[in-house]
Amino acid sequence: MSRRTRFAVFAVGAAGLVILFVLAAFRLPDFGGRFHPYGERAVTSAIAEKTKNVVSSVNFDQRAFDTVGEELILFASALGAVILLRMVRREREEEAGEHGYGPADVFDALRLTGYLLLPVTLLVGVYIVAHGHLSPGGGFQGGVVLGTALHLLYLTGDYPALARLRPVPVFESAEALGAGAFVVLGLAGAGLLIPMNSVVGLEVGCAFVLVLAKFFEQALLVRTDDAGTEDS
Amino acid sequence: MSEAVLVVALALVVVMATAVVLTRDPARQAIVLSAYGVTLGVLFLVLQAPDVALSQIAVGTVVVPLVVILAIHAIRKQHGERR
Repeated sequence: MSRRTRFAVFAVGAAGLVILFVLAAFRLPDFGGRFHPYGERAVTSAIAEKTKNVVSSVNFDQRAFDTVGEELILFASALGAVILLRMVRREREEEAGEHGYGPADVFDALRLTGYLLLPVTLLVGVYIVAHGHLSPGGGFQGGVVLGTALHLLYLTGDYPALARLRPVPVFESAEALGAGAFVVLGLAGAGLLIPMNSVVGLEVGCAFVLVLAKFFEQALLVRTDDAGTEDS
Repeated sequence: MSEAVLVVALALVVVMATAVVLTRDPARQAIVLSAYGVTLGVLFLVLQAPDVALSQIAVGTVVVPLVVILAIHAIRKQHGERR
């Protein structure tokens, strides 16, 4: 496909999107108004499911298909990061301890803060996942907190410690398990907020750990062997 | 009262978004982006969407800037080696 054809295809698509978007925006209810046709229906059917958190009920009962789609997008992006950022032939991986920040390069205050915050942050993550059916939060938000909390270990200056605590194959399997279990639960029907939040938390947390692990590898460990000879 | 809070939150978002655009060095930009993410989280909270605010604060202030910084680091390291 030539450059011009590609641009023409893009222009048609973009123009269509702009027209539909503007038309849709004109038909939106007024900002801050009292007229909420969708909200009223969603709240009514959420209360019919005897749920305490309407937002969770919308996410997991009424629009579970959308949520499955979102989870699979995250799954696909983690898969993409793992595949694209793999080691290629002219690269090699350094030992984690070979370079970079050793514990001695970091202020003691920062290290202490990191160690103190790690358990607290993990606990907050578990809380957000576990209370998703009652209060704001849920599997996605808690999963992100859990997935990023581990990286406080890197802030404390110790990449080897982070690498030890984060065996990539385990997280890969757990992510696949979480995504699969969520699809099964989604097909099983409504009213399964707690197990759904748990498997979403598992899937999201593992996905973020995997993506960040690949970026950390690229930033810290991967070296190009024949540097300078490649003219890419 | 709630309108005033909303206007303040919107103004903060505008200021921080402008700051992100005006920051030229990508590494600094990632940090400003993180602060911008916090203001967006505050805006969502003011608009009574705590779930979205939580997602925004977790992803927009932590994960995205972290990924950007790691990518910049990897690129700079490769360039440094090739010289």
